[in-house]
Amino acid sequence: MSAPLLQLTDLKTHFPLTRGFIFKRAAGTVKAVDGVSLSVARGEVLGLVGESGCGKSTLARTIMQLVPTTAGTVVLEGKNLTTGSGAEVRDVRRDLQMVFQDPYASLNPRMTVFDMLAEPLRVHTVCAAADVPARVAELMRLVGLAPRFMQKYPHEFSGGQRQRIAIARALALEPKIIIADEPVSALDVSIQAQILNLLAQLCRKMNLALIFIAHDLSVVKHISDRIAVMYLGKIVELGPALDVIERPSHPYTRALISAIPTANPDTERTRQRIVLPGDPPSPINPPAGCAFHPRCPHAQEKCKAAAPPLIRAEPAREVACVRLGEI
Amino acid sequence: MPLLTVTDLRTSFHTRSGVYRAVDGVSFSVERGETLGIVGESGSGKSVTCYSIMGLLPVPPARIEGGSAVFDGIDLLQCTPAQSRAIRGKRVAMIFQDPMTSLNPYLRVSEQLIEPLLIHEKISKAAALKRGLEALEAVGINDAARRIHLYPHEFSGGMRQRVMIAMALITKPELLIADEPTTALDVTVQAQILELIKKMQRDLGMAVIFITHDLGVVSGLCDRVQVMYAGRIVETADVRTLFHAPLHPYTRALQRSIPALQTKGAELYTIRGLPPDVSKPLPGCAFAPRCEFATERCTATPARLETVAAGHAHACLRAHAGEI
Repeated sequence: MSAPLLQLTDLKTHFPLTRGFIFKRAAGTVKAVDGVSLSVARGEVLGLVGESGCGKSTLARTIMQLVPTTAGTVVLEGKNLTTGSGAEVRDVRRDLQMVFQDPYASLNPRMTVFDMLAEPLRVHTVCAAADVPARVAELMRLVGLAPRFMQKYPHEFSGGQRQRIAIARALALEPKIIIADEPVSALDVSIQAQILNLLAQLCRKMNLALIFIAHDLSVVKHISDRIAVMYLGKIVELGPALDVIERPSHPYTRALISAIPTANPDTERTRQRIVLPGDPPSPINPPAGCAFHPRCPHAQEKCKAAAPPLIRAEPAREVACVRLGEI
Repeated sequence: MPLLTVTDLRTSFHTRSGVYRAVDGVSFSVERGETLGIVGESGSGKSVTCYSIMGLLPVPPARIEGGSAVFDGIDLLQCTPAQSRAIRGKRVAMIFQDPMTSLNPYLRVSEQLIEPLLIHEKISKAAALKRGLEALEAVGINDAARRIHLYPHEFSGGMRQRVMIAMALITKPELLIADEPTTALDVTVQAQILELIKKMQRDLGMAVIFITHDLGVVSGLCDRVQVMYAGRIVETADVRTLFHAPLHPYTRALQRSIPALQTKGAELYTIRGLPPDVSKPLPGCAFAPRCEFATERCTATPARLETVAAGHAHACLRAHAGEI
């Protein structure tokens, strides 16, 4: 296989916690992302799943270099973003774009659609000033919006249409990879499907890689080639999408899949569901050993001893569980 | 006799840009001990229906234009403020979508939790606190004796929703209205909360109105489901019939758009277009512009909810005529 488009190696993002107002003193660290290694190939869709607080959004922001990296590297096409200068990172960001969760908050209410889509074109001088309107119209058509709405403001659009504008903005610089952080969580079911179809279609058409972050596995299943499951800053399972959903190996993945309500009243009332006790633990003082052991139905003494590394369990599957062969 | 009977409820919002008919002639009833699911997309009027019943809408801009909501012989829309105070929070309780904003951040959990008891029952503060503690334990909060004195920000999202449920159920209501109580929560925590609502319902024998946009949640919890679209009920049936033999094209489309039920790789089924603007008159069926079966008759003739079998009613002209 050729070199991956994006390579993350042992990436860590820790936030210091301080106490006091003037005389700040360290009071611990939040290990939001704690040793993530991942690669994304050209044109590949990687689904990233986990509960809130597991670090999936921080991972996205770290890749984008929107938060400082504590350790590890983010390499996009041979260029290391973690050590690059501000100008270099800005330049590389052309290839790396982001779509945010809330289309009501991520679009400037005082800018028209035209202004929003033209800004990246002007900043990076992608095309001649005279060609900007034509390019904006093309971008709008690409995401299924009529170019006649160019002079409208975000409040004149519905949630689904706003998310289309956000996607068009991300596409303006013809990036190689888009990171979409819960792009459909704020939308209704019927609109969710439209946005998922649009993203899948764009990835195919433009050979675009996509990191699709969500907490809903059933949504991720559709769009992803591979799925990575995160728990408390670490990846616990990684594998081909359908395979992970149909044959989950890690107890956490199993619980996550089991928690999704099925839309069938007959099976839903009788099936055995794994209901995890408690909430995800705090990343400030994570449990010793495997971070999942306090909630895991299969936990033993050895799970508390050391954090299990992500090991290759099958040719295409990596799992971080010491009891892998036993459960 | 049903516990709650809502008849021809009409609620509109009078704004500068027009009159929005958020609820447009909704009738339904809830029996004692029954779980009714109300399903619909945002803007379908499912929450406004329940807020109207509870008298929680700001007037103006909202205005209840007509209809009645009779709870155990008392019309909640017409009764005196004193009557309504005696019912709300005591015999009818409500839990809200966002546990982050529906608790008062300035008050300790203990104070908010026992407030309904102090208002509705002649009880000493110490006795109320004891009941509060039991209520927290009943919803599965560990170390309740210490946690009851904490502030809401010291709880996680799932824990706060448990506190909300404990607070709603502390007066042992006969009817609980749950407005998307799990939408803001993770799937694993959602599973916990759904189990909890089921358990509390069994223990207390109360009726539940469960509002959600997620058909998956409805399937495991509800006895009966009604689907709302643009302020009207388009189909109502017992849960099995609704999932196995839906008749209204909107119910079918909603079911087909659940991602989990579709095969991977294929284009996801979508409902084309957008929900209608309810400030404009809708002479025919509100779903007609997006419906793949719509004919000219659908856009011109109003579609009424008609019973097709025991407990199964829908509002589709073409399905009534046996054409689809």
